[in-house]
Amino acid sequence: MKKIYIERILSGLFIPLSLVFFLQSKALADECINCHRELDDELKVPAEAFQMDVHQKFGLNCTTCHGGNAEEGDIDVAKDKSFKGVPLRKDIPEFCGSCHSNSLYMRKFNPNLRFDQLELYWTSQHGQLLKTGDTKAAVCTDCHGIHGILEPSHPKSWVFPWNVPATCGHCHSNKEYMKDYSISVSQTEDYKQSVHAKALLEKKDLSAPVCNDCHGNHGAAPPEVTSIGFVCRQCHPSAGELFSESPHKAAYDELGISECEACHGNHKILPPSDEMLGTGEGAVCIECHDPESEAYKIATTIKDELDDFKSKMLNAENKLERADKQGVEVSDAKFRLQEAHTALIQVRNLTHSFSLDKIEEKIKEGTNIIAEVSEAGDSALREATFRKRGLIIATFFIFLLAIALLFKIKQIEKKIPQ
Amino acid sequence: MRNLTQKIFVYLDSRLMLSKIGEFAQKKKVPEHKHSFWYYFGGICLFLFIIQVITGILLLLYYKPTMDSAYESIQFIMSQVKFGWLIRSVHSWTANILIGAIFIHMFSAFFIKAYRPPRDLTWITGFFLLLIFMAFGFSGYLLPWNELSFFATRVGTDIAGTLPLIGKTLKTFILGGPDVSGATITRFFWLHIAILPFFTLVFLGLHILLVQILGMSKPIGLSEAKVREVPFFPNFILKDALGWMLILTLVGILCVFFPWELGKKADIFATTPLGIKPEWYFTFMFTTLKLVPAHFLFVEGEMLAIFGFLIGGLIWLLVPYLDRKAGMEKKSPGFSLLGLIVLLYIIIMTALTYLYPNL
Amino acid sequence: MKRRTFTNLFLGGSLAGTIGSFLYPVIRYLLPPKQSEAGVASITAAKSGELAPNTSKIFKFGSTPGILVNTPEGELRAFVAICTHLTCTVVYESDSESLFCPCHNGRFDLSGNVISGPPPAPLEALEVKIVGEDIIVSKKS
Repeated sequence: MKKIYIERILSGLFIPLSLVFFLQSKALADECINCHRELDDELKVPAEAFQMDVHQKFGLNCTTCHGGNAEEGDIDVAKDKSFKGVPLRKDIPEFCGSCHSNSLYMRKFNPNLRFDQLELYWTSQHGQLLKTGDTKAAVCTDCHGIHGILEPSHPKSWVFPWNVPATCGHCHSNKEYMKDYSISVSQTEDYKQSVHAKALLEKKDLSAPVCNDCHGNHGAAPPEVTSIGFVCRQCHPSAGELFSESPHKAAYDELGISECEACHGNHKILPPSDEMLGTGEGAVCIECHDPESEAYKIATTIKDELDDFKSKMLNAENKLERADKQGVEVSDAKFRLQEAHTALIQVRNLTHSFSLDKIEEKIKEGTNIIAEVSEAGDSALREATFRKRGLIIATFFIFLLAIALLFKIKQIEKKIPQ
Repeated sequence: MRNLTQKIFVYLDSRLMLSKIGEFAQKKKVPEHKHSFWYYFGGICLFLFIIQVITGILLLLYYKPTMDSAYESIQFIMSQVKFGWLIRSVHSWTANILIGAIFIHMFSAFFIKAYRPPRDLTWITGFFLLLIFMAFGFSGYLLPWNELSFFATRVGTDIAGTLPLIGKTLKTFILGGPDVSGATITRFFWLHIAILPFFTLVFLGLHILLVQILGMSKPIGLSEAKVREVPFFPNFILKDALGWMLILTLVGILCVFFPWELGKKADIFATTPLGIKPEWYFTFMFTTLKLVPAHFLFVEGEMLAIFGFLIGGLIWLLVPYLDRKAGMEKKSPGFSLLGLIVLLYIIIMTALTYLYPNL
Repeated sequence: MKRRTFTNLFLGGSLAGTIGSFLYPVIRYLLPPKQSEAGVASITAAKSGELAPNTSKIFKFGSTPGILVNTPEGELRAFVAICTHLTCTVVYESDSESLFCPCHNGRFDLSGNVISGPPPAPLEALEVKIVGEDIIVSKKS
């Protein structure tokens, strides 16, 4: 009797149990991951890193790239005929490109994604070097990672804007690695001191340019000397336009000097200072212009007028500060001063035109505003003095009254002897 | 001329009993002894309060109690309105000086045991006046709608919200909503210019009336030889006036050399700046709450502290009935000690807030 | 003159002086100032007809700059003129019919939305009302 029940129970359980086992086996189908997870060091890394990989999110697994049979636990069986193993460095672009350049395939996952990366890559400096057999040149995995590849929009991705300098710098700052190439290894260090790096890395302004914004992503190459100006113009159109209309454009083109770079540098673009103007120490004008030239005179005039403007503005600012400290309300005047500041920024921008007329016009505009502000400052200072005088007068009367009271009190107390 | 004055006097007297009031005023006397200096502080509080009423009414002419205009209207008063800077700075400075004077007045009355019956009602009305004036300070502080006042209000009402049972309802009622907003300005303005003045009228009226009826309290056990009485009119009141003149001068100097600042306009979406604290007269409670350990046995530390203050306040209120000795005209050093401890506590806690702001 | 009379006169005189020095500021305070009321929940930015279509005007809105644009279709629009990138003041470009920030090439359409460049958010729009001859700009409720 009992035996029958046991049989029935067991057979009854058979179907659900086998279903469970079947499902389990499906869930455990990634034998690659299961096995590699048990290994050490560099063999373990792919299994762990892949958990966060963007490809995994789209349902792809080890076999999608490496081939083989993910359902087999036995190494020899798993590494069947389709197994591709670890690709050689020189083959990696084609390896990745086998999917990423196939638009019909890619649009199943993300129709938006570009598929010309491989094509661009071959035009790049890295691609050109790789074609010659130099495997030191960067390939896809050097920038994007190997197994834990994140979307470029993910803040931890190696190619997220604020990580890019470190990614490029990994090779380009390595003196040993770069010793066979005739380019400098200081770009990353230089960039980190630049105003762009400060904006990106400190202020977290993602619109600030980083290596790929000027050099390109997959088609990375240093811009030719004549095109540097165009590159900077992408974000600095005003300065670029003014420069193009100035006499410097033709001169620079003839001499083969790159536009913006000549004065501002390429990687170590520091915040520009007014000392770059004129003919004093730190000025860039005197690098080309002789003291007897017309240009020298114009440069001196521009600097002098700018300095004069700044000192007038500082003067007005000081007046407002003094009045503010003395408690007079000057926020309206301070607002107007903001407009003078804007004029100053515009004057500095106009220096790219090297046109004394344009600069003087803007300075005049600013000077008028400053005159207004200065007037407001004077009036505020007068108000501060008026208040002090008023206090003295009121205190004088109160004082008199206090003395009068004292007299009266004395008088009354005399009258009423205690 | 004299005839006319006489005629006016007779007219008013027959209707308002002016001569009777005059008689009473002539008879009113103030004891003079080594501690009578402290008697001036009641009058000082009244004087400062009158300044607040006058400057407050003037500010009302230009102030706009909405989120969009409150800050701007204060800026307008400070910059465009003639002497607006003076009226506003006087109002802000005097508010603080007044509360300081109230504390001095309260503690001097405490140490002189002026609360003993029959002056217990004077003490009780005085206690409520303290609460009313702290509410005046709290509500008025928000009205300029600047960064400091916005966050100080938020912190203060957050603490009120932690009271068990009534906390949440109380906080919502005070704020006019779940958080500090335009509705809060309206409510605080309502409190500041209508509700609190009304209650002040009631309680201050009672308080002053009681002082007139009961006269000034003398220290316990002071021998008759050491006390002499001076008439209130004109002796005492002239000395009162002298004190008031000095205070006016002080306020004037403060307003010209240390005008009350405008601050930055409140941004309801901004994060709380570091080191935010309420006005100085709340800081002793604020620092207590910061210093109290998170848990004491099984009770939350903050809750314990809040209850401590509530119980403490209750004891302070009922001191006339607790101090039996004083009630029997006997010296009660125990209560003097209690007063001293409370005073020192308030002073130390207030000082700590400013000496060690990062507690 | 008797001592007493002197004292009384002195008292009366200085009392009058003190009261005068208090009444003077109060009376000046009560007289309305030139700018009749506090700035700015709303402000008169311009007069009707002052702006031709496809032109703009910068005006002061509280303590921030505002820009009033008369679109090519003749509609009046107003914005807080502060670029949402790095707070430079935007200008109206009539040939592209857009609001442009000259600092880093940010561009906004006439609804304030970002068309191109680095700005992360649209321009704050303001409400425009025409009351008689005045164009009144106020904060959006």
